[in-house]
Amino acid sequence: MLDRRLLFVTGKGGTGKTTIAAGLAWLLAASGRRVLACEVDAKGDLAAAFEAGKVGFEPVKVPGGPSVMSMDTEASLREYLKLHLKIPVVGRIGPLAAAFDFVATAAPGVREILTVGKLCYEVRERTYDAVVVDAAATGHVLGQLTAPEAINGLVKVGLIRSQTGWMLDILNDPATTGVVVVTTPEEMPVVETLELVDKIRETTSIDVAGVVVNRTLPELFGVRDEAAFASIASARPGRLSEPGFDGVLDATRHATSRRRLGAEHVATLRRGLPEGLPVAFQPYLFTRAEGLRATRQVAASLAGELT
Amino acid sequence: MTTSSVRGLTETREIILCCGPGGVGKTTIAASVAMLAAISSPGRVLVLTIDPARRLADALGLKGIANDVTRIDDATLAAAGATPRGELHCAMLDMKQSWDDLIVRHAPDDRTASRILSNPLYQNITGRFVQSHDYIAMERLLELHATGEWDLIVVDTPPTRNALDFLDAPARMADFFSSRLLRWLIVPAKGGLLGFAARPFTQVADRILGTQFLADITDFFLSLQSMYGGFVERARAVSRLLSDERTSFLVVSTPEPAPLREAEFFLRELASRRYEIGALVLNRALPPTLSLAATEVASDELGRDTASFATAAADELGLDVATAERVLGVAAHATREWAVVARREAAARDRVAHEAPVVVTVPSLDDEVGSLAGIFTLAGILGDAA
Repeated sequence: MLDRRLLFVTGKGGTGKTTIAAGLAWLLAASGRRVLACEVDAKGDLAAAFEAGKVGFEPVKVPGGPSVMSMDTEASLREYLKLHLKIPVVGRIGPLAAAFDFVATAAPGVREILTVGKLCYEVRERTYDAVVVDAAATGHVLGQLTAPEAINGLVKVGLIRSQTGWMLDILNDPATTGVVVVTTPEEMPVVETLELVDKIRETTSIDVAGVVVNRTLPELFGVRDEAAFASIASARPGRLSEPGFDGVLDATRHATSRRRLGAEHVATLRRGLPEGLPVAFQPYLFTRAEGLRATRQVAASLAGELT
Repeated sequence: MTTSSVRGLTETREIILCCGPGGVGKTTIAASVAMLAAISSPGRVLVLTIDPARRLADALGLKGIANDVTRIDDATLAAAGATPRGELHCAMLDMKQSWDDLIVRHAPDDRTASRILSNPLYQNITGRFVQSHDYIAMERLLELHATGEWDLIVVDTPPTRNALDFLDAPARMADFFSSRLLRWLIVPAKGGLLGFAARPFTQVADRILGTQFLADITDFFLSLQSMYGGFVERARAVSRLLSDERTSFLVVSTPEPAPLREAEFFLRELASRRYEIGALVLNRALPPTLSLAATEVASDELGRDTASFATAAADELGLDVATAERVLGVAAHATREWAVVARREAAARDRVAHEAPVVVTVPSLDDEVGSLAGIFTLAGILGDAA
């Protein structure tokens, strides 16, 4: 997973894909590589994971970490036109924003290809050793990943069409590009992960690099200890009968049942994934789960799992 | 008019839209609200889900039939423990089917309809790219509401990049059809002279996209334009329906920081657009005892004095002392960890408490989506909350 130069990190909403993308980018940067971390939905969560303030299309270098940017398809179009059209675009098309909006609405895939195109461009030009993308959530990521192919099918000639070839070369090379699917040990995220992995493998030539199971809970008890806890919790011997201990028993019961359910969902995940696909586990963070400190914690534990 | 309970909402509103960040159990809550309505008052209730988990779809008896409405019969409800006073129906949203229906309805004639339906762009927009789902979900709601067959429709809003997209979708659709750019593009195809203003745009578009593709686009939108009036009227009707006093929004989140921040943002946006916020549901909350001060004291005591607790337990229950000590040590530690999370959740709940007239906390259940019985349990919790 860590050898690829372009990683798309996706996952169901709420599973922590931004946290994992940030952790991966930090880990790669900490190993001395020049890394670009890019957020595609402009929510600012990725920049927040690096405590980088407000970040736009122009990458901002985080001290000791990656450069961070936020995708802006209009800026991407502007950059693209500047590179490829000889005419001074900005002066000629007054309402570029409106024109762009129209083309993007009219021509499905244009927005997506400007996103993917910019990322592939950075990989091709080798400005960075690795590009980590906090990509769209499971429901939308396929539209993003398959945009070059979709455009290939719809547009027969023109500049965009001529550009899709090299993008596909980058995307379809498993040594270069990989998708990382983030999930949690819960039912819906596991279901969506399995569906997405299947769909990526069926409908694209893009490689799935691995699955990260985020917020994994520690196992509290072995079978015998769990039985011992159950008898203690029901009899409540000695001072445990005091009402103050209600919370202690509730918490422990909650922790064990969540862990047990989680383990069942992880088992379902493992059964459903193609054999040999790497699965990494990230522990649940009981303390503050956000910001640079959390990102470094995630990077450290990913390092333990992936290297 | 504000209503002081979720049950009150189900009795006074015709549409309840469940919305919020992804992964918080929105669909399950929507089903539970509909269940609550069906068990508490007579009437016909419909829950419209967008993309339910398979187990939930199975529990609801949805078999993936395009846009069909299925009734959950009383015997099935009784088996789940529910005694309905009304009827509970459910439906899934089939995007492709709904788009096709919409085109057929608004097209001036069959020829135009089939020209649109067979255009590759149309197929791409409806099949591949998800943005259009926001609009069609609202369109389908309007259609179902207009039949007048339902006392209450509970809608599970589509999963979107941004939970607000579906609110803006009708306006975007109307804007799109009335855009000057659309007319620019269509003028040359009608045989008129290419306007001066359009020239740089088409020049660039042509260089980038190619003539054939531009022609495809033009043909597509030329066909669509014949439906302009119908579309804009529908979009306006959807907007009106959302702000109607018979419609209320129920925002669903978990008490965790990230989803809750998104939910708060959403609540403020709803308020600023003058939509009615009916309730905020905080799903999958930790047991309430965890955030009590007494729990902290107790877990500290247990952690400090594990050995004596263990001796007492071992004596009374015939356990091995070492086992009891290990188990109780783990319990003390786990409690301290989860208490931190619980206190964080409690603080977050206090922060958002004033953002909605009703805030309901729903505990995390072992098996919430697997069965109609689970949905019935949730309906009970939602109904009991003041």
